[in-house]
Amino acid sequence: MKTAVQIAESRKSSAMYAGRPWVLLERGWLAFRSTNWVPVVTGFVEPVLFLLAFGYGMGNLVGDVTTGSKTIDYTLFIAPGLLANSAMNGAIYDSTWNVFWKLNESKLYKTMLSTPLGPLDIALGEITWALIRGLVYSLGFLTVVTVLGLTPSFWAILAIPAASLVAFGFASFGMAITSFFKTYQQMGFINIVLLPMTLFSGSLYPISVYPDWLEKLIMALPLWHGIEMVRAFWFGDLDSGVLVHICYFVVMIATGLFVTSRRLRALFLH
Amino acid sequence: MNAGIDVPQIQRFGALYIAAARLKSMSKWRTIIAAVDVGNPLFYLIAVGIGIGVLVEQGSGTSGTNGIKYIAFIAPALLANTAITGIMDETVFPTIEGFKWRKLFFAQNSTPITGRQIALGVYLAALCRAIFSVSIYYILLLAFDVVNFGISFLLMPIAVLGGGAFGALMLFAAAKIEKEDQFFNILGRLVIMPMFLFSGTFFPLSSMPIYLQPIGWISPLWHATELGREAAFDYGISSTMLLIHLTFLITMLVTGLKLATRQFETRLAK
Amino acid sequence: MSNPLISVGGLTKVFGDFTAVNGIDFDVAKGESFGLLGPNGAGKSTTMRILAATSTRTSGTVEILDKDPEQFGPLVRAHLGVVPQQDNLDGELTVTENLYIYGRYFGLSKKFIKGKIEELLEFAQLEEKRDVKVEALSGGMKRRLTIARGLVSEPDILLLDEPTTGLDPQARHILWDRLFRLKEQGVTLVLTTHFMDEAEQLCDRLVVMDNGAIMAEGSPSGLIKQYSSKEVLEVRFGSDRNKEVAPQLSQMCERMETLPDRVLMYTEDGEALLEEITKIKLHPTTSLVRRSSLEDVFLRLTGRTLIE
Repeated sequence: MKTAVQIAESRKSSAMYAGRPWVLLERGWLAFRSTNWVPVVTGFVEPVLFLLAFGYGMGNLVGDVTTGSKTIDYTLFIAPGLLANSAMNGAIYDSTWNVFWKLNESKLYKTMLSTPLGPLDIALGEITWALIRGLVYSLGFLTVVTVLGLTPSFWAILAIPAASLVAFGFASFGMAITSFFKTYQQMGFINIVLLPMTLFSGSLYPISVYPDWLEKLIMALPLWHGIEMVRAFWFGDLDSGVLVHICYFVVMIATGLFVTSRRLRALFLH
Repeated sequence: MNAGIDVPQIQRFGALYIAAARLKSMSKWRTIIAAVDVGNPLFYLIAVGIGIGVLVEQGSGTSGTNGIKYIAFIAPALLANTAITGIMDETVFPTIEGFKWRKLFFAQNSTPITGRQIALGVYLAALCRAIFSVSIYYILLLAFDVVNFGISFLLMPIAVLGGGAFGALMLFAAAKIEKEDQFFNILGRLVIMPMFLFSGTFFPLSSMPIYLQPIGWISPLWHATELGREAAFDYGISSTMLLIHLTFLITMLVTGLKLATRQFETRLAK
Repeated sequence: MSNPLISVGGLTKVFGDFTAVNGIDFDVAKGESFGLLGPNGAGKSTTMRILAATSTRTSGTVEILDKDPEQFGPLVRAHLGVVPQQDNLDGELTVTENLYIYGRYFGLSKKFIKGKIEELLEFAQLEEKRDVKVEALSGGMKRRLTIARGLVSEPDILLLDEPTTGLDPQARHILWDRLFRLKEQGVTLVLTTHFMDEAEQLCDRLVVMDNGAIMAEGSPSGLIKQYSSKEVLEVRFGSDRNKEVAPQLSQMCERMETLPDRVLMYTEDGEALLEEITKIKLHPTTSLVRRSSLEDVFLRLTGRTLIE
């Protein structure tokens, strides 16, 4: 049986990383299994409500939508956009409000950093946890959509890894931003930014309805890339544009991880 | 010893003292309140009104909305929703805070001020927030030429009535619950969100499947929205229906307030 | 000291233009129970955080088991058990889950921790609370659990920051008993406190800190012997008269301190001194003879009381 010291000695001693991000997942699971399931279940309900309302109600007003080269039913059009959205929401919730709580109220990260764990263990672990939560939401939504007969083909399942990438990106970035916030008022800004991004990023209508400059602006936002990427996999329209979306998210994930671990170190090991 | 306390005066105006105190603490947040109350519906108006408006135009034109432009069609609903969420915030949070988090109500109740006056004071202050937000929003609607100046000013009292009806019930609910941890989740995702989506906000209630329509029937948002559309655009609602809408909202408001004041008295006496 | 576990030299920590720790030196030997005694703001907690390898120093040297905590942070932390001033237990988890997951943070195997948990629950007298969420525990239980948690990794050194602050007297005594057991088992303890009775109970050796500097060092009894008399006579004449009679009293003893509410007279024989006072017809409203304590040492060294 190895002692704590032997374990610490057996690795190349690094101040940033102890190589144990999975203990954060273990902790996440312990906390999760005994918490109330209400927020989890209700988080899953939201995109379904949007699908029902906009699909059935709005579908009557809108009829078909032309996107790219094809014309499809409105409900079919919004389904992948809502999938990307729900992946983002699941990941954001865990990586912002939960992280804020652990940083400033429960001081959980401070406790963890008083053990041999490093900031990168925490960042990787928490972001992966948020990613898993986003994945679960995506799968739930996909199931509902499939039951409603709105999946174009079996290959729509490939939209799930795409949605996971979206969740990973937002989780990483969300945690990085949160690590700079100290008050609840500042946290309120996250919602103020999220709502317009959600509304404008083209989950409910093609952004081609906007003037050129606004379209360009929206195309710079991560959610637009997320929605387009998920939509491309959903309908099997894979072209070089997908590569751009993937790169966008890879950069977002790397930046978020880098900033978060630096920040945790500055906050608790100074 | 009596330090010049005028008990009859307090018995007459106690609710106003409470309201004044609430307004004072609210005014610290006025920038955020204005940003959220006006910003959120404005984003919906621009994103959904213009974005989906284009699709609706291409689809069914204005035939589905009684000849009204789509952006104008959703404006009264967003206005009423602003009042509803604003009043909800200012009834639910102060009430739970007053009974549980900081127990302020018990301190207030140890003066000659009664529970009924505390309830009414909180409620009045909440109405003030709605009046503030709704007024700014109405001016924006005029400025963007979404509604014409004239009888449409009735949109404001109608929205406040809708918010007041819902808020009275929320005042009761917040005074009733003992454990609030899941309350916000359920309220936000299983009450507010469905109400927002299924109250004929973005499309006529009648265009939804019949089994989803009852959500609208019991929703103060639907009743206030229909009244608002009639006031702003001569929407063609029969006078019987107008009366039903009005009766529904007033009944809800009066019942809610009765329940709430009684609940305040009961809980403070416990 | 031949081979100290902790060795601190000229340690200084500056925050902006405030010097929290100002060039302190001390060593801690294996198996020793070492205390940092001082009022709030003396620099004790800052020193502890530097020892715990969670804070950097401005200058000076620190070696813990011959390693610089700034260079070998994770490795040094693997040697330590940390009990912070504020309980930072994981509120979402139960008692056993708290112990378990903390062990996992150190990379310990599940099997090892599972066995360890039973031992620690017994030590912390929390067997009956094992599946209770920590929020439901009393203050004393939480503190015992925090200590037990710090022991999961079988540390060489246990760092305790104000271990009994905020606890009621009964809970304090239970805690002291637990810490005394650890001491007997040979665990090296480093603790900060602003309670002189705690320092007397638990520390083999201590430093008295004030304004970031060390004022004196020694064993509790040694410090008392060096800086105070054997006994203290506390007399009260009412808040207005204390000052009035002070000049008269000061002639009668080796040393005297006038506090707002009472006068402390340092002497080898308290009862005899009291008799003398009564003889010259100064009748105090209340009087008390007691042994000198570390509180008196602190008062002597700084002119202030520990708890203000």
